[in-house]
Amino acid sequence: MEESRRISVEVNGVAHQRDVSVRTTLVDFLRHELMLTGTHVGCEHGVCGACTVLVDGRSARSCLMLAVQADGASVTTIEGIAPSPSELHPLQQALREHHGLQCGFCTPGMVTTLVEFLRDCPNPTEHDVRVAISGNLCRCTGYQGIVDAVLKVAGNPAK
Amino acid sequence: MSLIGNSVPRLEDEPLLRGKARFIDDLHMPGLLEAAFVRSPHAHALVRGIGKDAALALKGVHAVLVREDLMPHLRNEFMVVGLPSRDYKQDLNRPALAGDEAVYVGQPVAMVIADNRYIAEDAAALVEVDWEPLPAAADCKAALAAGAPTAHRRSPHNLLAEFPMGYGDVEAAFKSAAHSFKETFWQHRGGSHSIECRGTIAARDPHDERLTVWTSTQMPHAALRVLCDMLGRDEDSIRVVTPDVGGGFGPKLVFYPEDICVALAAIILERPVKWIEDRLEHFVATTQERDQYWDVEVAVNGEGRLLAIRGTLIHDHGAYTARGVNLPYNSAEQIAIGYELPAYRMNVQVALTNKVPVTPVRGAGHPQGVFVMERLLDRVARELRLDRAEVRRRNLVPASKMPYQTGVKNRGGMPVVLDTGDYLHCQEDALQRAGWSGFAQRQEAARKEGRYIGIGVANFVKGTGRGPFETVTVRIGPSGRIMVYTGAAAMGQSTKTMLAQIVADQLGGDMANVTVVAGDTGTVPTGMGGSNSRQAVLAGTSAHSAAVKVRAKLIRVASHLLEAGEGDLEIEGRSVHVKGVREMAVDLGKVASAVAGTAGYSLPGGVSPGLEAMESVVIDPMTYANGTAVAEVEVDIDTGGVRILKMVFVHDCGRILHPMVVDGQLIGGVAHGIGNALYEWMRYDEHGQPLVGTLGDYLLVTATEMPPVELAHHQSPTPLNPLGIKGVGECGVIPIAPAVLSAVEDALTPFNARITRTPMMPADIVGLVRKSA
Repeated sequence: MEESRRISVEVNGVAHQRDVSVRTTLVDFLRHELMLTGTHVGCEHGVCGACTVLVDGRSARSCLMLAVQADGASVTTIEGIAPSPSELHPLQQALREHHGLQCGFCTPGMVTTLVEFLRDCPNPTEHDVRVAISGNLCRCTGYQGIVDAVLKVAGNPAK
Repeated sequence: MSLIGNSVPRLEDEPLLRGKARFIDDLHMPGLLEAAFVRSPHAHALVRGIGKDAALALKGVHAVLVREDLMPHLRNEFMVVGLPSRDYKQDLNRPALAGDEAVYVGQPVAMVIADNRYIAEDAAALVEVDWEPLPAAADCKAALAAGAPTAHRRSPHNLLAEFPMGYGDVEAAFKSAAHSFKETFWQHRGGSHSIECRGTIAARDPHDERLTVWTSTQMPHAALRVLCDMLGRDEDSIRVVTPDVGGGFGPKLVFYPEDICVALAAIILERPVKWIEDRLEHFVATTQERDQYWDVEVAVNGEGRLLAIRGTLIHDHGAYTARGVNLPYNSAEQIAIGYELPAYRMNVQVALTNKVPVTPVRGAGHPQGVFVMERLLDRVARELRLDRAEVRRRNLVPASKMPYQTGVKNRGGMPVVLDTGDYLHCQEDALQRAGWSGFAQRQEAARKEGRYIGIGVANFVKGTGRGPFETVTVRIGPSGRIMVYTGAAAMGQSTKTMLAQIVADQLGGDMANVTVVAGDTGTVPTGMGGSNSRQAVLAGTSAHSAAVKVRAKLIRVASHLLEAGEGDLEIEGRSVHVKGVREMAVDLGKVASAVAGTAGYSLPGGVSPGLEAMESVVIDPMTYANGTAVAEVEVDIDTGGVRILKMVFVHDCGRILHPMVVDGQLIGGVAHGIGNALYEWMRYDEHGQPLVGTLGDYLLVTATEMPPVELAHHQSPTPLNPLGIKGVGECGVIPIAPAVLSAVEDALTPFNARITRTPMMPADIVGLVRKSA
């Protein structure tokens, strides 16, 4: 019999109370219990960054965190980033304008990572941006469009 | 204003940015079960028995399936290879599950289906397989030696195929040559490592037995064919649907054992079944590119002009034929295109090894051929004391000779004819942008500061748009919405945007009024899918052709409805109106309704029913894109670290459809090429055991390794399709390893370094420095 616990967690501003198996990862809880499938699983060993979400405002690899560890926390996923169904977050808009995504699978983790980064470092250099996303793998873009988008949002467009 | 040539917003972006896209693992359905596979931990072993009891005893486990459980449901146990080759000496198609012999680490031998993946993995660990390990063929060169262990117990040897390629009198050319030089290369290319791994879901409709298979594939129609063949079903009884795909880069064009097993499990258990590959499985069970050994010799005259090249190529094919011999074929063919080469002979040997099968990864064998050619030209330059760019100048196929018939044929037997392009101009542009002519001074100055910088150049010519066709249907229904259906597959390269752009360009220019459905076999009867930088060329051409036909009919019917001459009408947005008189207009939907048929009434203007066209334009000859990369690097001689200071990439893909997308494809390819030059190595030990299994020890390029990339485009439209376009998807990757490693070698000139392999890891570079000390 799998052990389970009741957790209370707020996700994108909505409070949830659920019984979860103690070994369920946070990403599986978000994707398969709450059906928030925007957070993606790329490696399940904490390297690719696709599963990054914000836990109490700090970026976290939801593949390396258990759902029970999120008890009492406030989680923001990609679904909670845009201000409304008709508007994108400025970062999302800039990624679109600068072709910062192709297949888009890494994008949710990039966006959550960068939301935190821009909050902490509102005026980054290009190097700062590259270091900030060096823990997020993208196989499509070569990162250039992502870097350009971040610099644009931060008001420091490259060159 | 034409939409073509403009960076219009991508249709794909909004849902991807909001987390509202639908990738394979995002699909849920009632009653869904999940699968995990029991895989061989040995590179080569006999399976003496499989014990299921402990696994079946676990709560939540629905079944443990082995080969015997599948056989009653299979007409054909084997996945018949996508590109059969007459050169095959052995018939080695992959089975659904291994029977009495497993031939690579990661080969599935049993499948567990459970309530969820957690339980399925618990149970997979409880399946007891009685293994008897056998000697393994690990290295492809060693595998061909006499007395080597055979990759398959029943095989007489490990030579899967052997074929010569070439033309001209090679021996005479070498006899008369002023100089000839020999080189030996080992090249490795790794896996695709799309950030989304593979995945498949199958569901059987209990009412009519129809099977729907959702799969993260580049080739849905090919998947349908294999499913029909293996299950003994007709094409109407299976539908393959491609959800959003999180990157392909080659290996997702293959149909896999897991795909057929998931379909069988859904049939046997009468429940929907899902399997999602994890990253470790991607390392061991998804096809990859791997090793090639080249022994080559080049003959030149006193001016460094090529006279002949000869040699041998040994290619690691892995344990089965998951695809034909196209990879080594492409590699060998690549030597003979781009530069004028009067005589050529390459003997290609394709070796079986106890490793996961090898199939194309972005570039598909071409990067290896380009690496060999560019390294040979660097050698010629060094020996003849010529500038490396000058040797290339003397040998590139000149624009004045276009179209240029090379001496080689493609694998379909058609001569390789370079259609358009000014290769020399591309090179000169790239050299100028990179500051090639002033580099020697910069290098000298840097050395005085104790810094080792170097520069390298590489050219490539790449066949794109492999035919024969892609299918596209364009339809306007009474809603007025323009629907585009295609057998092409979208895996991140903006395929839907590309097709919508081309179609909207003919039909009113409103891309927001276009829906593209790609990769659903229920919507178009035929299709090829995504590979070989082909979709803009083939699907784009069919989309254009279909849209032109729909446009003609739209105008004709609207002319009847508006009682105006066809020449006086134009389509703008979602209606057709009389030029200059916007009030005299009819909606697209009204026009479609008029030809949808009303019982008892004839159709307006005597036209045929419906407002749609399906096109599968056949284009057999490939169109050749080209480009030049110049890399400048700095090498840390103590750590072996290489920093790429600058990358210039001048490229010609004919007429550009969407500049932003083309740039994105190229820069992404450059990143992949840098990985192949410096970082990516799917390493195995001498027993065929993989030594890497995480993205922590198999290094993909991250943002901090990427240099600034200066792109420039030349446009030499091809006459082979009406839009003048060439493919671009693989081009970025192709010349990068030779450009980067030529630059590294240049930086290490004081150490007399010679680079003859990819990848060059820091330890290899430190080794070169120490060797000279």
